[in-house]
Amino acid sequence: MNSERLPRLFRTFAWQVRRELWEHRALWIAPLAVAAFAMLVQLGAALTASDAGRAAALANPAGAREFQVLYSAMIGSIVIAGLLVGVLYSLDALQGERRDRSILFWKSLPVSDGMTVLSKAAVPLVVVPLIVFPIVVVSTLVMMGLQSLVWSLDGFDPAQLWARVDLPFLWLALLYGMPFMALWNAPLYAWILLASAWSRRLAFLWAAAPFAAILMVEHLALHHTPAHWLLERRIGGGVLQPYSANGEGMVWIERLSDLDPARLWSLPGLWAGVLLAGLFLYAAIRIRRSRTPN
Amino acid sequence: MAVVEARNLRKTYRNTVALDGVDLTIGEGRIVGLLGPNGAGKSTALQAILGLVSHEGELRVLGRDPWRQRGELMDEVCFIADVAVLPRWMRVRQALDYMAGVHPRFDRARAEGFLARTTIGRDSLVRELSKGMVTQLHLALVMAIDARLLVLDEPTLGLDLLYRKSFFDALLSDYVDHSRTIILSTHDIHEIQHVLTDVIFLDRGRVALGATMEEIEARFVEVLTVEDRLVAARALKPVSERRMFGRTSLLFDGVERELLAPLGDLRTPSLADLFVALLGDNGPREAAA
Repeated sequence: MNSERLPRLFRTFAWQVRRELWEHRALWIAPLAVAAFAMLVQLGAALTASDAGRAAALANPAGAREFQVLYSAMIGSIVIAGLLVGVLYSLDALQGERRDRSILFWKSLPVSDGMTVLSKAAVPLVVVPLIVFPIVVVSTLVMMGLQSLVWSLDGFDPAQLWARVDLPFLWLALLYGMPFMALWNAPLYAWILLASAWSRRLAFLWAAAPFAAILMVEHLALHHTPAHWLLERRIGGGVLQPYSANGEGMVWIERLSDLDPARLWSLPGLWAGVLLAGLFLYAAIRIRRSRTPN
Repeated sequence: MAVVEARNLRKTYRNTVALDGVDLTIGEGRIVGLLGPNGAGKSTALQAILGLVSHEGELRVLGRDPWRQRGELMDEVCFIADVAVLPRWMRVRQALDYMAGVHPRFDRARAEGFLARTTIGRDSLVRELSKGMVTQLHLALVMAIDARLLVLDEPTLGLDLLYRKSFFDALLSDYVDHSRTIILSTHDIHEIQHVLTDVIFLDRGRVALGATMEEIEARFVEVLTVEDRLVAARALKPVSERRMFGRTSLLFDGVERELLAPLGDLRTPSLADLFVALLGDNGPREAAA
């Protein structure tokens, strides 16, 4: 590999990602809209809360985390918006270009099929998290400011709020979980991209049908349901593994010392999934090479 | 080194043979018209050259295997495959930015120069442009690429006469030079005749005729003859024959003009005449090359 090849690969990759963001503006609008909506809901709740109720919550030592949970829920809704918009994006990513025939334009440029597919895979796995994180930071910060204002107007000390909502912890926890989530979900997104490359239309059906068939057979004909269990663990695992004790979903983490990166990053399921994602993406690249407009 | 070199190029789709052993050699600086009836294999041949479809047989484009090295090949090759493939959601400005970003041989100032001659606004979305304007935009983008090979597959399909004419005029005046090779397929034969240096007639997946324009002028003669000289004319083995307005037009391949002159009026057939004569219902439909 000569000296100018590598920078060019990076530059092309960056332009590929940029063009995906031009085409699919929902990638940043959806998390932003959900963040705005979550803020409205939370602001409404803060405005309508009774002084007595708030005083009672503050007085109750067991309810010390009550305020923080609201912020966790807000962050969760923004993250889920990002995950879902990533699914919708991936369903269309390799099919839309054949539907509108623009694949003939993209293929007329010095961008390989590998580069194209990998840049499209990077969108839900890397780019969306990079969009979601700043939205989370800014929206939670703005929300804390607004809530502090409401509290002061109601005669409460905002310091009480800040003592109960540990924003840096929430941000760090998100930062801690996001890379794991991306790799853990990689086989799901890669599978959807493969379905998008493969199918002429209704990529969703192609992506879902094999699972539906396996689950049906399993539930009707077998006494145990390993595929169902695996799929459930995969879909829920992105959140359960980093944020609950032993990834079991029974006890949620509450402080940085609860985090267990050694366990998280040595999960065999994580790396098996990454391997599977690689296979799916390789297949998607091969299929994209022979694809012409529908 | 030839720009395109194909030996026994074959492509089969399920039950149909699209290319049935095509041999091609296209040298640098040639402007080649790929002509043939619908289903003759023109698009398949162009798609194979561009690495869009797999193929059997040997095929090198600028020394590369287009199917395995499309990404690298597109540094030096550009194409307009049929109109209206520019992404409809894109803005003109975005198209320029993107091309400048990914294409090392794209000259943005050149593209801006071409666009300045049109009424296309930089902030327009492709979907807001008329079909003719989209073609102008695509041509501006492609002509700003310093490519060694330009492939045009029915580039003016669906455009009116004025846009077709300005398309080829722009191409000729601003793009053609001796180091650039152009391969184009179109049904509007008479509009491109004067542009070409070479023609390849494809018929049912085979090369029916491949020759330079000079060779064609030297080889083919059309004779308009009358009834009483028809027998003598037929004895010289015309490759096709058709009746028109009480006279008979016979096409000869490689027969001396002195032999033909006494039989009637001689003229050099146009490409369209040749097309009909060689590939039409009354033609030989066999390899004449």
